[in-house]
Amino acid sequence: MDPLSTLWETFFDWDAMREALPEMLTVGLPNTLILAVSAALLGSVLGLLLAVAGISRSRWLRWPARVYTDVFRGLPAAATILLIGVGLAPLGMQVWGPDPYPLGILALSLIAAAYIGEIFRSGIQSVEAAQLEGARALGFSWADAMRLVIIPQGIRRVLPAWVNQLIALIKDSSLVYFLGLVASQRELFRIGQDYAATTGNESALLLAGLCYLALTVPLTHVVNWIDRRLRNGRPATASTEEDDDDTASYAATEGDRR
Amino acid sequence: MTSATTTSVSLDVRDVHLAFGPNRVLRGVDLSVPRGATACVIGPSGSGKSTLLRTINRLIEPDRGDVLLDGRSVLGDDPDALRQRVGMVFQQFNLFPHMSVLRNVTLALRRLRKLDADEAETVARAQLELVGLAGKANSRPAQLSGGQQQRVAIARALALRPEVMLFDEATSALDPELVKGVLGVMADLSAAGMTMVVVTHEMGFARQVADTVAFMDRGVVLEAGPPEAIFERAEHPRLRRFLDQVL
Ligand SMILES: Nc1ncnc2c1ncn2[C@@H]1O[C@H](COP(=O)(O)OP(=O)(O)O)[C@@H](O)[C@H]1O
Ligand SMILES: [Mg+2]
Repeated sequence: MDPLSTLWETFFDWDAMREALPEMLTVGLPNTLILAVSAALLGSVLGLLLAVAGISRSRWLRWPARVYTDVFRGLPAAATILLIGVGLAPLGMQVWGPDPYPLGILALSLIAAAYIGEIFRSGIQSVEAAQLEGARALGFSWADAMRLVIIPQGIRRVLPAWVNQLIALIKDSSLVYFLGLVASQRELFRIGQDYAATTGNESALLLAGLCYLALTVPLTHVVNWIDRRLRNGRPATASTEEDDDDTASYAATEGDRR
Repeated sequence: MTSATTTSVSLDVRDVHLAFGPNRVLRGVDLSVPRGATACVIGPSGSGKSTLLRTINRLIEPDRGDVLLDGRSVLGDDPDALRQRVGMVFQQFNLFPHMSVLRNVTLALRRLRKLDADEAETVARAQLELVGLAGKANSRPAQLSGGQQQRVAIARALALRPEVMLFDEATSALDPELVKGVLGVMADLSAAGMTMVVVTHEMGFARQVADTVAFMDRGVVLEAGPPEAIFERAEHPRLRRFLDQVL
């Protein structure tokens, strides 16, 4: 066989792909999404706390937030996942048993929080001081002014960067395979790898790669779309005044027209 | 607009001092505004006018001196509660761009005054009506002209039924053709008996609407009196020079 067709066979063995596909879609894809989305949610909550601590006037909040951010952004993701997955395993054992899956989510969340915290902080700090003054002048406490006026605006401004972080999480979720997941917990990469190992053919891994791209490429377009909307503003929908809660429900709308 | 005024009170600023580091911005300011009166504060840029307004509602705490509403010092009060009694309107409007006009007005009514959604909306719509913007309730601030935005900001402050209103160069950021509408709203409010302190460069407004005009220079009120006295018989040379420049 000539080398070219060997190469072709190695990556584009359709039969090998067809064989891996069902498990890829029914096991790998859901697990990748569960890992990435739950880490994005938990990471965003922690990130918001870090962001608020980071701009606090108290150094006892600012300092720990700074150190946390530096550490978790400074370590390789694989090292953090291994450290947490192994280091906290005895603790996890007592809480939910030997399953490493929650620790994988925790590790991904802790890493994401460091990045998302910085993203949120820069967004919050970009909101003009006049907004805070306007809210305070109405009688809102600092905390209410932040919660109702400053943070919602700040987060809207950095939504593109937040979605980029989600993309990073989808990719980093492949690293939890270190922790030794059971068959039903394997995410896209691990399933591709397992097929590749048993068949000696990389096609299943390539298929996993295509699955990642199917998730991440549309998201990069979402980033661009949000970016454009933030830049140009958009006509307000004749907004059904939200019956109750003010902040999170409006999509990005403010433009820099004035 | 009469409903907004039933509770207005007198305002006294007594010997207020404030320094930003070595920069002594207020150096013993006195200002008395009787209940229902309008005081216009004029003076060169950097003389401390904005800072004075911010010490009245304690966005900045004065280093020394006193601020009294209805004859009682407010420096010991909860500042958030005080600010609900003192409305403030800024040069740049400071509307919340991520909320509709209506929500800008209802937010404090609901969160601070604890009105339910319907009550808050009724109050807000009535207030927007009074500033001529009933039709803009569902717009975003960025869709309005500067003059309309400033009228929303006034409505937002008035919706809380303040006892005193502070205006910091409310028309300085507006295109000339939009100034009149905003000054009209302010003149109506003054006529309706709101106690107001108006920092302005609009000498025509000061002349027609003010009960008192105070000239601030380098952190003190150098001269104060009825508009005729200030504009026709200015005593202090610096005031005369200032008026020569702006009139
Ligand atoms: N937050 C602040 N920090 C430091 N200096 C300030 C601050 N606000 C105002 N100043 C200074 O105080 C002085 C008076 O400012 P301001 O009250 O805005 O004057 P005006 O409104 O009369 O133009 C200026 O020298 C200004 O630089
Ligand atoms: Mg000023």
